[in-house]
Parts: sequence; structure tokens; C-alpha cells
Amino acid sequence: MPSLKSLRLRINSVKSTRKITQAMKMVAAAKLRRAQSQAEAARPYADRMERMLASLGASVAGSPDAPKLLVGTGADKVHLLVVVTAERGLCGGFNTNVGRFARAQVRALEAEGKTVKIITVGRKGAVYLKRDFASRFVMEFSFANKKRIGYEDASEVAAKISEMLDAGQFDVCTLIYNRFRNVISQTPVGQQLIPAPLPEVSAEGGAQYEFEPAEEEILARLLPQNLAIQIYRALLDNAAGFYGSQMTAMDNATRNAGEMINKLTLNYNRTRQANITRELIEIISGAEAL
Amino acid sequence: MASFQLELVSPEKLLLSRAVEMVVFPAAEGEMGVLAGHAPMIVALRGGVISVREGGKVTEQLFVAGGFAEVAADRVTILADEATPLASLSKSDAEARLAEAEAAFTSAANETPEKREVAMERLLAARVMVEAAMAA
Repeated sequence: MPSLKSLRLRINSVKSTRKITQAMKMVAAAKLRRAQSQAEAARPYADRMERMLASLGASVAGSPDAPKLLVGTGADKVHLLVVVTAERGLCGGFNTNVGRFARAQVRALEAEGKTVKIITVGRKGAVYLKRDFASRFVMEFSFANKKRIGYEDASEVAAKISEMLDAGQFDVCTLIYNRFRNVISQTPVGQQLIPAPLPEVSAEGGAQYEFEPAEEEILARLLPQNLAIQIYRALLDNAAGFYGSQMTAMDNATRNAGEMINKLTLNYNRTRQANITRELIEIISGAEAL
Repeated sequence: MASFQLELVSPEKLLLSRAVEMVVFPAAEGEMGVLAGHAPMIVALRGGVISVREGGKVTEQLFVAGGFAEVAADRVTILADEATPLASLSKSDAEARLAEAEAAFTSAANETPEKREVAMERLLAARVMVEAAMAA
């Protein structure tokens, strides 16, 4: 039976752990709110961009000199995976889920005889995937020192991808990240970036636009922008999902700590009572022996 | 005067969404003023200043670093890469950006024409930004 003192020490240590997890939960909740509103603020731009792309893309997609960003290189040999994860841990299965999803993708693609290249955004994904696929790494981005993700971070990633495409270093690009469904559920998804899937032209979009400068030129400017926007959206989803996941994980940890404290306290009280009873028996039997 | 719905969005937020009478924006091939009932157009923008007119007066002026505008009969949507109200432009920021753009442009001298063009555009946008910051 553990001594009273060691029990007391354990209770105290679990209590301070609970304090920490509780504080982390509060912080995550506050940051989640901010990340969510940032994600919402970015939505109008993405929506309007989609609408514009839809009215533009349909007219250009068929032509033979359509931009590479839209139609890809025509081949399907080299795949580039852009894996977005969080910078930190202590968030339940958040990073592991994306990591596992990415690993399955790499394995599946390689089984088909394709070449795979990897770019990671976020420290955790890099650590996870390096173990198995270090030779496929092209680049790692990390925004650990940023307080909040900005659009320019996303364009930095997008610029690197465009550069690689121009140099003919890959044929198909897929973005893997945790899609934010709600606070407790995030699912890893793979979204194809290049060749770009065109949004459907809505039936009522019958208005005939004039273009200035020519359609191709506008499209050539719009597509890189669209790439950056898709990545930006993924980064924001990732940030919101991370805080959501961390909040849930820390909430569970706090609850578990509470249970543990109850159990230990019960144990402590029983032991104390047992000690008192034993002492009493000793005194009484000593007195009777006299 | 007839009015139309103007929306100005940047990747980070929705900056403006209300009915206005006229908007003037820096299209890639020259300034363009749009009133209600304009023919539908999609235009690329260069760096410059967007002015919004309501009640016969300029009510709002914003600097944009580039972007796109979609004009329809009853609404105009401007997708700006980055938009700042003129009043909150800082001169030192603008100058730092100009210096950076100049350096990028000189170092791009041996690059492909497309890259030079991009650097050039950025340089021009930065110049406009400095001018706008000075004026404000």
C-alpha cells in the first residue's frame, strides 16, 4: 500500500496537470473563435473568385494553348503532394490523421508506379512523414513563428508550386489537409489543385462578359491567384481545426485528471482511515495486555 | 442618380458592400469609371486608387495593389489582392515596399519576360502607393 505522503504528492501533481490542461483549453477556445472568424472573412473572396473563374474557364478550357495551371502538363507521372498540418502537438489525433491519410496516398500512388514528391506546411507533418519518405521531400514550410496565418503566407506556398510546375517538376498536384467540419470533427481530405477542376457554370450565368485585357491574359493572372486562395483556405481550415481539436483534447484531459483526482483522494482517505484504525487497535490491545 | 451594388473584397475580408453611384478603378489598360447599367465586363486591375462616389462626392478612396473587377448591370465586384483605405496608408511602409520592388526589378533583369513584367507591375504599384501615401 502506498504511503500517505506519496499519495498526497500524486494528487498534487495531477492537480497541477489539470490546471495546465484547463488553461490550454481556454486558450484554444479563444483562438478557435478568432481562427473561425478569419476563415469566415475569407469566404466572400473565394466565392466571387469561383464565380469569375466559372465564367472565364469554360471559354478557354478547350483551346490547345490553355494555361498549364488549368489543364496540367497532360501527363500523369509525377505527383506532388502538399501536406498541411499544425505546428504544434497536444491536439489529439489531428496531425496523425492527416499524416496517415498522406502516407496511404503516397503508398497507393507508388504502387501504381508513379513518382511522388512531398511539400509539407507545418512542422508536425514534416516530422511524421520524414520517417518514411525523407527521400521524396522537396520543401518544408513552417509558419511556427507567425501569430496568425496571412494571405501572403499562402501565396508564398503557391509561388513555389507554380515555379515547380513551370520547371516541369510534376504533373499533378494534390493538397492534403484537415477540412474543418465543426469543432469536434475534422476530416483529412485530398483536393486536386493542378490540373484545376473548374467550377460548374451555373445555368443563369448567361450574361456575356467583355474582357479587358483578353480572356487568356486575365485567366493567366486569375489562376495563380486561385491557387493561392485554395491554399489559403486550407491553411485557415487547418488553423481552425487545430484549435478545435486541441480544445476537445484538452477538455478530455481535464476531465480525466478530475476522475483521477477523485480516485486518488478516495484511496488517500481510505489509507488514512486504515492507519487510524490500526493505531487504535494497537493502543487498545496494548492497554488490555496490561 | 441611379445606384448599384458595389462589393470590394480582399482575401482577408469583405471591405465594402453597399449601394453607390459611381466607382472609378485602375483597370490594366487605364482608369475606368463605372455607373449603374454598365455592360457586363471582367477587367484586370493594376496597382492604383479606387474612388467611390456617392451623392456627387468622393466618399471613399482605397489603394489596391492589383486584382480583378467583375462588372454587371446592377453590381460591381472588385477582387483586390490587397486593399487599404488611403487614410491608413503609411508613407514609410510604402517607401520600404518601393525599395523592395526596385531591388526585385533590377535583379529580375536577366529573367524571362513574364517575370520581368510581374516585377515591373509590382514596381509601378509601389510607386502609386507612395504617391497615394504622400497625398493622404
